[in-house]
Amino acid sequence: MTGNCPECEANITLPADTVEGEIVICTDCAAELEVTSVNPLTLALAPEVGEDWGE
Amino acid sequence: MKIAVLCSRIRVEEKLIFNEFERRGIEFSRINDDEVIFDLNRNRYDYDVVLERSIHHSRALYALKALNDAGVPTVNTAYVADICGDKFKTTQALIKAGVPTPRTMMAFTAESALEAIEQLGYPVVLKPAIGSWGRLIAKVNDREAAESILEHKEILGSYHHSIFYIQEYVDKPKGRDIRAFVVGDECICAIYRTSEHWKTNTALGGKASNCPVTPALADVCIGAAHAVGGGVVAIDVFEDNDGRLLVNEVNYTMEFRNSIDTTGVNIPAHIVDYTIKAARS
Repeated sequence: MTGNCPECEANITLPADTVEGEIVICTDCAAELEVTSVNPLTLALAPEVGEDWGE
Repeated sequence: MKIAVLCSRIRVEEKLIFNEFERRGIEFSRINDDEVIFDLNRNRYDYDVVLERSIHHSRALYALKALNDAGVPTVNTAYVADICGDKFKTTQALIKAGVPTPRTMMAFTAESALEAIEQLGYPVVLKPAIGSWGRLIAKVNDREAAESILEHKEILGSYHHSIFYIQEYVDKPKGRDIRAFVVGDECICAIYRTSEHWKTNTALGGKASNCPVTPALADVCIGAAHAVGGGVVAIDVFEDNDGRLLVNEVNYTMEFRNSIDTTGVNIPAHIVDYTIKAARS
């Protein structure tokens, strides 16, 4: 599946097993992107790390 | 059996867990913590077990509490999340259970924190009680650094940065610490995390290599897991200059992407097994 980086507009191709909510990196501009939908593929800039994020 | 996975961002770990469910032909649903609504008065949730994989500690804690109170088993439980999500509570649980842990002090003002630091002796490590991935953890080497960091925390930090959690600095003679994985009553595998930096978090670039699970390591780690309430947890362990094992902290939504190939242990399979066993019948 393909989409565009919201930061640099590069064309991004992702594997077929990509799921909604996954984080990917734009190979052109290195922006962290969140997959907001897979059909069609839409991408948004991933949120900044929150204070309570972790493992 | 109705299995659900509570999640937000889908990291490598979540994909591996999903793949493990799918490989076994086990149906599961995803609960997205951006979208979920808990009807607290109705207090009924149609799940037999929920595996918690949220990246947000606060959301995980509240969601698990709502589910457990409604009788839904979760991996891990709200109790475990509450203890492990707070370094003060974790330390208290370890001390109470007799699990070896670095010497730690707590104070509530910059002045008393400085006094506690001087009593412990430099260097010490100042940590926010709530936080992960090594964020905002400071190694304090002398009094001048202590004074500045305490002032910064008091003025720039939110209120919980004024709960001062102060830990003795444990020298790492081999430049490494241990991350061990406990599922139920078994320490399934462990890695060394080696770094030239005093923080060894793999999130910060620490390199993973296999660590043999000796009986002594298993004993300490299973003790630590039980101390915080048990389940699926990752234990961070220091080896001090005398070869003693000290439990530093316990993680309840563990990340393990660097540890499967390194150890040869299928960690997501163990998590899925444990989750199925935890389900209500």
